[in-house]
Amino acid sequence: MNYSQARWSEDDRYEPLLSEKGNREVAVDEDGLLPDDLTRDTVELPALEEPELARHYTRLSQMNYGVESGPFPLGSCTMKYNPKFTEDLAALPSAAVHPDRDEGTVQGLLGVMHGLQDYLARIGGMDAVTLQPPAGAAGEFAGVLVAKAYHEHNGDQRSEIVIPDSAHGTNFASAAMAGFDVVELPSAEDGRVDLDALESAVSEETAALMLTNPNTLGLFERDIEAIAEIVHDAGGLLYYDGANLNALLGQARPGDMGFDIMHYNVHKTFATPHGGGGPGAGPVGVVSELAPFLPAPRVRKTEGETVERFDPEHTIGKVHGFEGNWLVLLKTYAYIARLGDDGLADASAKAVLNANYLAEQIDYEVPFGPFHHEFVASAGEQDAADVAKRMLDYGVHPPTTKWPEIVDEALMTEPTEVETTRSLDQLAEAFNAVAGEDDETLESAPSETAARRIDQVAAARSPRLSWQALDEE
Amino acid sequence: MSGHDRGSPYAPHTPAETEAMLDALDVDSEADLFDIPDAVAFDGDFGIEARDERSIRREVRRRLDRNDDLVEFLGRDHYDHYVPSLVDHLADRQEFLTSYTQYQPEIAQGFLQALFEYQSMLVELTGLGVANCSVYDAATALGEAATLAARVRDADGQRVLVPEHMRAEKRSVLENYTAGVDLSVETYPMADGAVDTEALAEAVDEETLLVYAESPTVRGVIEEHLGDIGALAEDHDALFCLGSDPVALAMLERPADVGADVVVGDAATLGLGTAYGMGIGLFVTREEYLRQVPGRLVGAGEDDSGRRAYTLTLQTREQHIRRERATSNICTNQAWVALRTAMHAAMLGPDGLVELAEDSIRRARDAADRLDDISGVRAPVHDRHQFREFVAHTDQPAGAVVDDLAAAGYAVHRVGEHLIQVCVTETNADELDGLVAAVEEVAQ
Repeated sequence: MNYSQARWSEDDRYEPLLSEKGNREVAVDEDGLLPDDLTRDTVELPALEEPELARHYTRLSQMNYGVESGPFPLGSCTMKYNPKFTEDLAALPSAAVHPDRDEGTVQGLLGVMHGLQDYLARIGGMDAVTLQPPAGAAGEFAGVLVAKAYHEHNGDQRSEIVIPDSAHGTNFASAAMAGFDVVELPSAEDGRVDLDALESAVSEETAALMLTNPNTLGLFERDIEAIAEIVHDAGGLLYYDGANLNALLGQARPGDMGFDIMHYNVHKTFATPHGGGGPGAGPVGVVSELAPFLPAPRVRKTEGETVERFDPEHTIGKVHGFEGNWLVLLKTYAYIARLGDDGLADASAKAVLNANYLAEQIDYEVPFGPFHHEFVASAGEQDAADVAKRMLDYGVHPPTTKWPEIVDEALMTEPTEVETTRSLDQLAEAFNAVAGEDDETLESAPSETAARRIDQVAAARSPRLSWQALDEE
Repeated sequence: MSGHDRGSPYAPHTPAETEAMLDALDVDSEADLFDIPDAVAFDGDFGIEARDERSIRREVRRRLDRNDDLVEFLGRDHYDHYVPSLVDHLADRQEFLTSYTQYQPEIAQGFLQALFEYQSMLVELTGLGVANCSVYDAATALGEAATLAARVRDADGQRVLVPEHMRAEKRSVLENYTAGVDLSVETYPMADGAVDTEALAEAVDEETLLVYAESPTVRGVIEEHLGDIGALAEDHDALFCLGSDPVALAMLERPADVGADVVVGDAATLGLGTAYGMGIGLFVTREEYLRQVPGRLVGAGEDDSGRRAYTLTLQTREQHIRRERATSNICTNQAWVALRTAMHAAMLGPDGLVELAEDSIRRARDAADRLDDISGVRAPVHDRHQFREFVAHTDQPAGAVVDDLAAAGYAVHRVGEHLIQVCVTETNADELDGLVAAVEEVAQ
């Protein structure tokens, strides 16, 4: 596949900044609405007309790669195709209501939220769900706070959260934000949880074990029942990081594996758009014993079939100022309804099939298995970051690189179910072409993208984070 | 749709392709690829019926039509400004909407530049040097400001002072964010809707890490003594965090000029409109705290061709590298909303943005005057300058007034036994006559 990204450039820059196209400084409050000392004097911002702006943002979009541009096997991120019809639903004027509306006047919206809580509970095998956390990490934070509140409610002060070394960085950061000490659990040689290490890591200080299953190597934690027993015997809770749930839909449920708390990454598993970094949503499901601690409010059906908001009895309070990323939740509801039981199971089956098929086609070694929806290949003697840069030239987005560290020069690859055999073959060709190239070629890549290789070290050394900072030079 | 009538419509494999792939893997079925012990395998069903697009659209539309069709005069931290059509059309381009965090900057220059422009606009509006490219919302931004204060201030103190008038929900988020560093969130009083600076002076001490104030406040009051608040904080070596939003910032005193160390708020007053509380947390701070900033930052650098290019930068602050020592746990943020905010600001331009801010004062003032003319109503309750919204006193119990107005087709806030709150922007201004008439009916 030949590829050449659009490149708009002018002199020593790409598309000029809005500020370079025409800033204007205007005076504020010339009519004297406020006393002078309450207002600023001027504001200086870009002053362009709509046609110029349309062209500016169109050009910027052409210098950006999305899921519809080509394969996007960014490991751990589940870059699925995002169905168009869900955007139409999010744009409905009737979806645009204010969060302070009385519940009796927003029955339709609350009904959708109730429906989504119910869908997610079924899919995760959980008893109760909150939709409030606005992202996966926010879900982790909420879940860890729930664990903390639960233990405290039982008169149990526990100070530690156990996390495998291969876990997402957010797990560690979320546990720390909630005030826990992190106990890092080294992986066993097979890339999974080491039961002996787990035995020695847990104690009466253990509030929870946070686990991703399948883990970031794509491996299912086969000993999950034993893991759950060890953690529960120590009085701890089992937390499921839902980042990899796209491997398991219809095949296994966290609730059935002994997990007490989980978050769902709806922008991964349920195909809401990633938006260049967000917004996502990170609903949290729990077993019934933990439901009284969930964030407030949740919604429930009354006997009269209306839906009401309520505050769980021992709620931790809030993790978002309102009720989360509603428009994202609405898209989630529509996606799940579109797929249904068969579609959800098929999504995971095809995601796993695609990952296995792709791994089989590439020349790089995949040291751990059997993996599920993603695999981590090793670039071996090559630098994984250089491999990624060179893959860009073949019109595909590269994998996540250099992580997890358990694999040397890791290429963490997750093609998702949306790729066809043909596009997987195209991806494999990109991998294999790069595998056969020398370091010099890799180091000088990419050349087909809008920008050439960017010196990130230099950019960090002298941070310039605004056009004002550029002007000062 | 593509030859298979079961399964995911977004998994495009034909049965023949699936067979060929299974053959290539030397397995009989997809089930053989799963390494899940029988004891934990799921053999039930979710009981979720698959439906086609048309039926889901019909269902969701029908459900949402059950929302009462009220004209909302609602604000209190979530505002409805008109979003130009350009924003929807261009932000929805798949290159923006479906991409992700710019881990490969060479192929993601467009989004990076848009975020750099967003950061720059906030730098202009606040006068502070560093804006990140978003946290979730105003409440989590405030939480992040408090933990930043705990990191940069080595004072023994653990007190975070917040105003009497703020959303309880926002305060709850703040309390959760500060639980891990054992800060105590304490209230300082307000007088006639604005910060009681004398009371605040008594409350601030050497144990104080952070003083938070809003302008406009949750009641729409424009603070008149921000400089004094900033000085009080500085005198006690505490940080001053100001809550505001991009529209108000275009007109009110520059945060840098009143001694603000961090500015937080909801930037989606531009770009999103009413979205049941979904927004985007703006987070701007002084350059000296750069290495303590939470979340993603876009910086300018150079590529191999010598051209200016953009990249995520200073990532060693972040969770994927620093893990439990990261400045925050945030990963996925609200980047697409930031894009929309920047687009909306660009569509307004400086003239349009300043005009919108000025209109926000005029509309609140004029609407308050009209309600004040009604017997049984006094508005605004506070003798202050108001922005977008104001509180009114009703002789009738506010609960009854709010219910009666809802029955007449209008939504306003109830904020006290005899207090209602009304927010007016360009999206509901045409309905103000109706609201005034309805209030005349119900408030007597």
